[in-house]
Amino acid sequence: MSSEFKKNHVVAIDDFTVDEIRTILDLAEEMTPIVEGKKINKDFEGKILATLFFEPSTRTRLSFEAAMKRMGGRCIGFARPGTSSAKKGESLADTIRVAAGYADMIVLRHPQEGAAQLASKFSDVPVINAGDGAGHHPTQTLLDLFTIRKEKGSISDNHIGIAGDLKYGRTVHSLTKALSMFETEMTFISPPSLRMPKEIIDMLKRKGVKFQEVKNIEETLSNLDILYMTRIQRERFPSDEDYKKVARSYHLEREMLENSKDDLKVMHPLPRVDEIKADVDETPKARYFEQAANGVPTRMALLKLLQEV
Amino acid sequence: MEGKEKKIKITPIEHGTVIDHIKKGQGMKVLRILDLVDREIDSIVSMAMNVNSSMGKKDIVKVEGKELKNEEFDKISLISPNATVNIIRDYEVIKKHRVGLPDFAKGIVRCKNSNCITNQSEPVETEFEVTGEDPVKLRCTYCDREMTGEEISENVI
Repeated sequence: MSSEFKKNHVVAIDDFTVDEIRTILDLAEEMTPIVEGKKINKDFEGKILATLFFEPSTRTRLSFEAAMKRMGGRCIGFARPGTSSAKKGESLADTIRVAAGYADMIVLRHPQEGAAQLASKFSDVPVINAGDGAGHHPTQTLLDLFTIRKEKGSISDNHIGIAGDLKYGRTVHSLTKALSMFETEMTFISPPSLRMPKEIIDMLKRKGVKFQEVKNIEETLSNLDILYMTRIQRERFPSDEDYKKVARSYHLEREMLENSKDDLKVMHPLPRVDEIKADVDETPKARYFEQAANGVPTRMALLKLLQEV
Repeated sequence: MEGKEKKIKITPIEHGTVIDHIKKGQGMKVLRILDLVDREIDSIVSMAMNVNSSMGKKDIVKVEGKELKNEEFDKISLISPNATVNIIRDYEVIKKHRVGLPDFAKGIVRCKNSNCITNQSEPVETEFEVTGEDPVKLRCTYCDREMTGEEISENVI
């Protein structure tokens, strides 16, 4: 089962091959009955996962802890840097070496880019990157891919619209890189000032991926199989007025969905602010809460594969 | 006359290293990159800037009594990829190297990204993959940020 998986650590989505991604998603599917409480699993009995969160993150931390506990394991760690010895000036390298002596695996969220890469050099147990500053967040991308596959039957052959802050959003960068490994078409929906960075556009051109860039959702909504919404942050704009003007055109409400395909699925990494109106939640097209829940089986699969390496 | 002038400006050395064909204006950076500016050393170090050559202006650095090692060539290549390193013994050039870019540059340059983990107090050397030759481009293996041109010379350790 895990013959395709040879990783000791998980730092970035780019480190995975398509086969490795498939292996993770296949296993995540097998984990679903355990998450639903239909099957009991004790694979991690006696094992400890350290969740070191130098930056707060509710969903990521809770879903890693849920994943570990669903397999009979236990968790140690901290949710804020104030409760760790980093506050006393300890280096990350030392914190990691100490935690590696206490736990069988480490999940790390850190405000600095490259933190997970550094941690992987100092740890003799697997390190999983749960977000490093503006850098990578590979498990978010894996659960996004899992959601697309679960909702649509496959990742390939979908037209995926990605909307919002495409310039600074690490989630959309990782997702785009990952989708480019499959046969998909992409449409990037953003204000001109927040377009996808040139290096990602160049990468897509090099790989011959079909894509377009547009300025508003309605222009393209009727063509899409998946609409992946992200938050546009106020601090990216010079004034409140500029922000409000832009934010209005990246807003999805129920009425707009009338012009979409019947089987369109709307995703969002959450938290959302007001880019998706609450009236969308009740439609079968809204899949963002299921997407968040998919974080558990996906992370279970990853923990299992890393433990077996 | 020209030949005589040349001799006055760049006197030969008995033993040591002459780094020639340094890109104009980069001589000081070469000295810094080789840690020849602040360090206490016995060698006499001299530099000529803005020297005429068949390929335009260049800088030249001479280090008496010290033969540069291969890893030091790598450092020079990041600043001035066309430089040549001449090892001198008894006034004769016994080895002439064209510096070449390494695949990876370790511990030579600081990452320009102030939020990169290597810019905190962590016990690691910086590490860059050389992703471009002309101009030289470096990618931080920790935070993925790319650096080129002045960004590199400004961040030499």
